[in-house]
Amino acid sequence: MRIRPVGAHALLLDCTAPTDVPEAAAGVPEAALVEAWRAELWRRRERGDLIAVEIVPAARTVLLDGLPDPSATAEQLTRWASAVAIATTRPAEAHAEAADDDAAEVVVPVFFDGPDLPAVAEHWGVDESAVRHLLTSTRLRVAFCGFAPGFPYLTGLPAELALPRLATPRPRVPAGSVALAGPYAGIYPSASPGGWLLVGRTDLVLFDVAADPPTRLGPGTTVRMVAA
Amino acid sequence: MTHRGSIEVLRAGALTTVQDLGRPGWAHLGVPRSGALDPAALRLANRLVGNAEHAAGLEITLTGCTLRLTRASTVAVTGAEVPVQAGVRPGDTGRPLSVPAGAVLRIGPARRGVRSWLAVAGGIDLAPVLGSRATDTLSGLGPPPLRDGDLLPLGDPVDAPAPVDLTVCPTPPEELHLTLGPGPREDWFMPTALDRLFGSAYTISPVSNRVGARLAGAALPRAVAGELPSEGIVLGAVQVPADGQPLIFLADHPTTGGYPVIGVVTDVTPLAQARPGTTVRFHGPQR
Repeated sequence: MRIRPVGAHALLLDCTAPTDVPEAAAGVPEAALVEAWRAELWRRRERGDLIAVEIVPAARTVLLDGLPDPSATAEQLTRWASAVAIATTRPAEAHAEAADDDAAEVVVPVFFDGPDLPAVAEHWGVDESAVRHLLTSTRLRVAFCGFAPGFPYLTGLPAELALPRLATPRPRVPAGSVALAGPYAGIYPSASPGGWLLVGRTDLVLFDVAADPPTRLGPGTTVRMVAA
Repeated sequence: MTHRGSIEVLRAGALTTVQDLGRPGWAHLGVPRSGALDPAALRLANRLVGNAEHAAGLEITLTGCTLRLTRASTVAVTGAEVPVQAGVRPGDTGRPLSVPAGAVLRIGPARRGVRSWLAVAGGIDLAPVLGSRATDTLSGLGPPPLRDGDLLPLGDPVDAPAPVDLTVCPTPPEELHLTLGPGPREDWFMPTALDRLFGSAYTISPVSNRVGARLAGAALPRAVAGELPSEGIVLGAVQVPADGQPLIFLADHPTTGGYPVIGVVTDVTPLAQARPGTTVRFHGPQR
């Protein structure tokens, strides 16, 4: 864990495991550490221990923006680090503490008929039904949102199955497209250009500004895909 | 129900958008902050007409716009140096102006600077989206940019206009001097990159917009090639893509990005008035 400066009002918590220094959390995947920090920081903010306008998890980092005093927050983060490291090494206990996590599981019905399904099967060296099986049997989690409002980056797929993006992005990917790129699965909440491999589509409305919250797939949410 | 009045858009101009103070607090869902590029200027315009500071007004770009107010209203224009005409009378920026019902309000092309903010007593009363009426040009949240013929509903005036004759609107400087705070990825650059950034003049590129001000000048050499895994972005972040030309993120910036951020501009509001070709220099926070 490293705290990087970001101007006058923000900090970037970098969960990238140092390559040369062994530490308590060594061996814990970065995504798990990011999630542990996100959960801890949201809890701390809820409790009033932390004042921050934005707490934004991403691939390997958590951004804290709108901090009244970043150096004071940096000291707090250093104090909280050991608790977060322990939480990631004792997942059973961590899960018991966050019992409402299971309630937050969202089931996403997917028609697995995407144009890139054959390409994904080829990359993975399996047939298309095996791709469907892997995607429906993996417990996915929203690692972070980005790219567009409500676009979830879902982790949980085996790291060795990471996929390249399309060399030429499509000018228009339809809303509801279920797609894969890098180590992530994602779902396009609205039509947009996109370079991810399309494996299916869902009728689920991902982002609705009239709903509170506007998406059910916020960071930390568990997602299970089922064949529609 | 009483007729609350509206703004009729006769000529929308190059880019006129509804703006307030944006929608901070949703970045974790991928929602940009958006809002007026110079919040202080919008706040001032709102105070001048007796609105709450967060009321929605119009952000008008470069070419101006022409409007008709269906009810007698107090208005104020701040920001760029622009000609203002309310009905038959010439007006000023930076002070409350009375516009009779049905009169035409003309905001002319900017003589200096780029953007103006128009507040109308009562504010623009479109339905808020995630707590804000701001047009987000990146994500498409909020009302679309104005088009000729649009009708924007007005809210009820809450307070009397401010009793001022004239406020001082600072003239946009010929050359911008921006304070640069530390960035999270300085270590992705050669040591010479910061020397270049602090030591040379950049110019504002014509492809700048509400998402970011693109700069042209000495390329910033990277020590680490490739892209970063996505990470959170702040307002004012100076991101350096593969070509080495820096980009300063403004209000409609994406919430995450994959290019390294070398520093963070402390106050981006002067960039709201920077025309293409304007010289930009950076200095450290110590000066």
